[in-house]
Amino acid sequence: MLSSIIFLPLVAAALLAVLRVPDRVARWTWIAVTTADLALVGVLIARYETPADGGLAFEERARWIPSVNSSWHVGVDGLSVPLLALTAVVFCACAVYGLREDRRPRQHAALFLALQTTCLGLFAAQDLIVFFLFFDLSIVGMYAAIAGWGHGREAGRSALQFFLYTFLGSLALLLGFIGLYLAADPHTFDIPELIAAAPLQDHPVAGGFVLAALLVGLAVKTPTIPFHTWLPPAHTDASAIGSAVLAAVLLKMGTYGFVRIAMPALPDAWRGAAWVVLAVGIASVLYGALVALAQTDVKRMIAYTSINHMGYVVMAVGAAGLLGGGTAARELAVTGAVTQMVSHGLLTGALFLLAGVLHDRTGSYAMRDYGGLARTAPLWSGLFAVAAFGSLGIPAFSGFIAEFQVFAGSIGTTAWAAIALPGILITAALFLRALQLLVTGLPGGRSISFSDVRAVEAVPVTGLLLLSLAIGVLPWLLLDLITPASAVLVDLVGR
Amino acid sequence: MMMEQSPLALLPELCLLAGAVATLLAGSFLPRQRQWVARLIAVTALLAAAVSAALAFPGGRSRDFGPPAETVFGAFVLDTATGVTRLVVVAAVLLVIGLGVDELAGTARESETYALLLLGGLGAIVLAATDDLLVLAVAFLLASIPVYALVGMVRSPGAAEAALKTYLLGALSGILLLLGATVLSGIAGGTAYVDLATGLAAAPAAAVAVGALAVLAGLLFEAGGVPLHQWVPDATQGAGTAAAAFLTTVPKVGALVAAARLVDVLPGALSWPLLVGLLAAATMTLANLAALAQTDARRLLGWSTVSQVGYLLMPVAVVTSTSAATPALLVYLAGYAVTNLTAFAVLAAVPGARSLTDFRGLARQRPWLAAALGISLLSLVGTPPTAVFLGKLTVFTAAWDGGLAWLVVVAALNTLVSLFYYLRWLVEAFRPGEPAPTAGWAHGAALAGALGVLAVGLGAGLVTALTGDGTLG
Repeated sequence: MLSSIIFLPLVAAALLAVLRVPDRVARWTWIAVTTADLALVGVLIARYETPADGGLAFEERARWIPSVNSSWHVGVDGLSVPLLALTAVVFCACAVYGLREDRRPRQHAALFLALQTTCLGLFAAQDLIVFFLFFDLSIVGMYAAIAGWGHGREAGRSALQFFLYTFLGSLALLLGFIGLYLAADPHTFDIPELIAAAPLQDHPVAGGFVLAALLVGLAVKTPTIPFHTWLPPAHTDASAIGSAVLAAVLLKMGTYGFVRIAMPALPDAWRGAAWVVLAVGIASVLYGALVALAQTDVKRMIAYTSINHMGYVVMAVGAAGLLGGGTAARELAVTGAVTQMVSHGLLTGALFLLAGVLHDRTGSYAMRDYGGLARTAPLWSGLFAVAAFGSLGIPAFSGFIAEFQVFAGSIGTTAWAAIALPGILITAALFLRALQLLVTGLPGGRSISFSDVRAVEAVPVTGLLLLSLAIGVLPWLLLDLITPASAVLVDLVGR
Repeated sequence: MMMEQSPLALLPELCLLAGAVATLLAGSFLPRQRQWVARLIAVTALLAAAVSAALAFPGGRSRDFGPPAETVFGAFVLDTATGVTRLVVVAAVLLVIGLGVDELAGTARESETYALLLLGGLGAIVLAATDDLLVLAVAFLLASIPVYALVGMVRSPGAAEAALKTYLLGALSGILLLLGATVLSGIAGGTAYVDLATGLAAAPAAAVAVGALAVLAGLLFEAGGVPLHQWVPDATQGAGTAAAAFLTTVPKVGALVAAARLVDVLPGALSWPLLVGLLAAATMTLANLAALAQTDARRLLGWSTVSQVGYLLMPVAVVTSTSAATPALLVYLAGYAVTNLTAFAVLAAVPGARSLTDFRGLARQRPWLAAALGISLLSLVGTPPTAVFLGKLTVFTAAWDGGLAWLVVVAALNTLVSLFYYLRWLVEAFRPGEPAPTAGWAHGAALAGALGVLAVGLGAGLVTALTGDGTLG
């Protein structure tokens, strides 16, 4: 079942790439396939039961490279199911939004379907080589999306920067994986086996180096400071859909790598590096928020808030490595981190799609070019306001649930985490400022004769926001999935 | 070790030799329009060699019963490494002929070219299979002389210069190799590697170092590694596309396996892993930096092949310290051969394109060819699930396991640098423009090669099972 969920989009992508179907057929095929995949993920969640003793559900394993003990091994637990669901939701929303894409729509649909396979595969991977395979291919796919369908004049350059930077990350990751492989006895790339063996437990120096390689690789992808410089240009020049997928799904690969591989396989080293991770997380929160506050370009602003929001995740997983606090606080931090990944995916995905509408109408992201959109485009303004408030962490939306848990858990572990609190305040300020510049006042500049969102734009955004609202109102829906897995993870880190 | 004297054990090599002679003779008597008969003879000989090599593949036999390796005539090892080399070389020459048909058909020296390709392939196999210094010297000549002729086959100033450069450098390296072989056999009291292993142990380290370095220099020329790499970019740019594809692929296979066999028997007085590791680091770094500035697609690929030799030297460096080294080398060689030939097949398919910008419009006009180019270039970078990724994974693992973790870091950084120039080419193919007309056979060879690249990467289990846990026989 899991393999079919992963490969269904790829098969559709291959067919779309080969068969010269009309554009209309390609667009609707894209929607149909993502919807079918979403339905399959829904069935998977409905049939999902938390596996006993920290095992995996829907596990599948097939021979691949036996000589290095690498196999096609996929499976899910409470950490990966929410992200699989997020991936399916975001890609489905993007497919609907993509009905308006008129530049080579067939190839566009094929590319994003292939990209969906890499994301789903990564979140289900239980083998380091499979993980790396999808990690690398997602970079290639995203590069093609930015270079081929980006709209900035510098799209090629930004895409290259994105590729080089994240490719450096993936190479660091590969080195870390090889280190883990060689340390395990018998050598293996299998993630559950590596977690069970925790091979570098008594080798602080080697463990430190391997963890450092993994941290660099994952931090580039997340991105945390000081490895974030590729993100703003990539977002500025990517299309709306490209940005939404990049922010909502691809960034999660970095933080997912922390909870899936780095923390449980290298518990000793992780505890040693926990303060560094925590500090980097806090710095990302504050730096991302401050730089976002200074932006005049709405898309760059959202990009920098991504650094801020992913900073909370990094801070929380760092706190989870500090044994000083109680187990309950650390579990709360991990649960908050995973919740934040989902929440950020939904809200930032919606924000980037809405920013795409601005560019579609006028070709400009500059906030000063607008004003008074509430009168000319009330629906757009309403959706943007909801997404902005959700993103700044207002209760009843997923962002609040996530950030509340992140802070409760992190501060419960160490009071130093409170340094990141002003991040929330600055984020609130910058979103209010953006609302003020874009929405309020009298229509002026490019706001005049701005046509409001169309159905194909409003539906996916509304869907994402409704899901965020659902998590905010009924958080147990999500938390029941995550909590058992975070308890297992905290146990493993505490070994 | 079992000594066998049956010439039938060398059936694949005999097929190549007979094929070369028959091709040459047939070509001499055939009119210019019917040279395809000579091509047919060459391809038949290659297919016969492939079948006999596959049947003689030692994998199943050596694991189930019998000794791990046999030696024929006291100088030709029949082990997994030889078996894989035979298959890779024969498949590579077939692919070279496939991608070269459009370019070569009807030219004045068509059959001679095929004969030279077969002889060069034969030389590479003997180079890889021998464990005797004298045969190594003969194999060196057999592998390099066809290359000189192939480079000079095109009558252009560039080709003439490249042929001269290749010849001079090759002559120098050949002399060095002979000198080294003399020194080593002089101190060890024999030319067979078995004698070297025992005879050199007590010998003065300086003499061993001079002898072994001189022999290695010859092999480095053949492989195109630093510091004897200068002929590669010139020859790749100046020669015809088929000749360039051949000279950047087949001799490397032979030379690198030969280098692994030699390093395997050298005594430990000098730190050979460190020395070869430094050569590997220098080769990949220098070639990658040089490739960054290239605007000619052929020259860029020429430098790219030098940088790949850097990665290929990594398992050679650790061949004594880890059993993962030889399988890694063989996997990388197989993956590299099919990937590099695919890139050259794309070049051959667009014969009019020289500079990178000439490839503009390729994705729009020939999407399949652009896809083949994309697959081969991403494979050269080392993106999964392609052939060279599997090679890089196994080679990095082996080098780290063998104690050269620093070299793995250098190689990873080099991979990042290489991404830059491979991508530059790929981006041009996806830009709008008017591409040059394409050629049919090479188009097919490029697609077949691209499928091969993916097949090696996805069928990694089968490939690694073939290369086995092999130690050198």
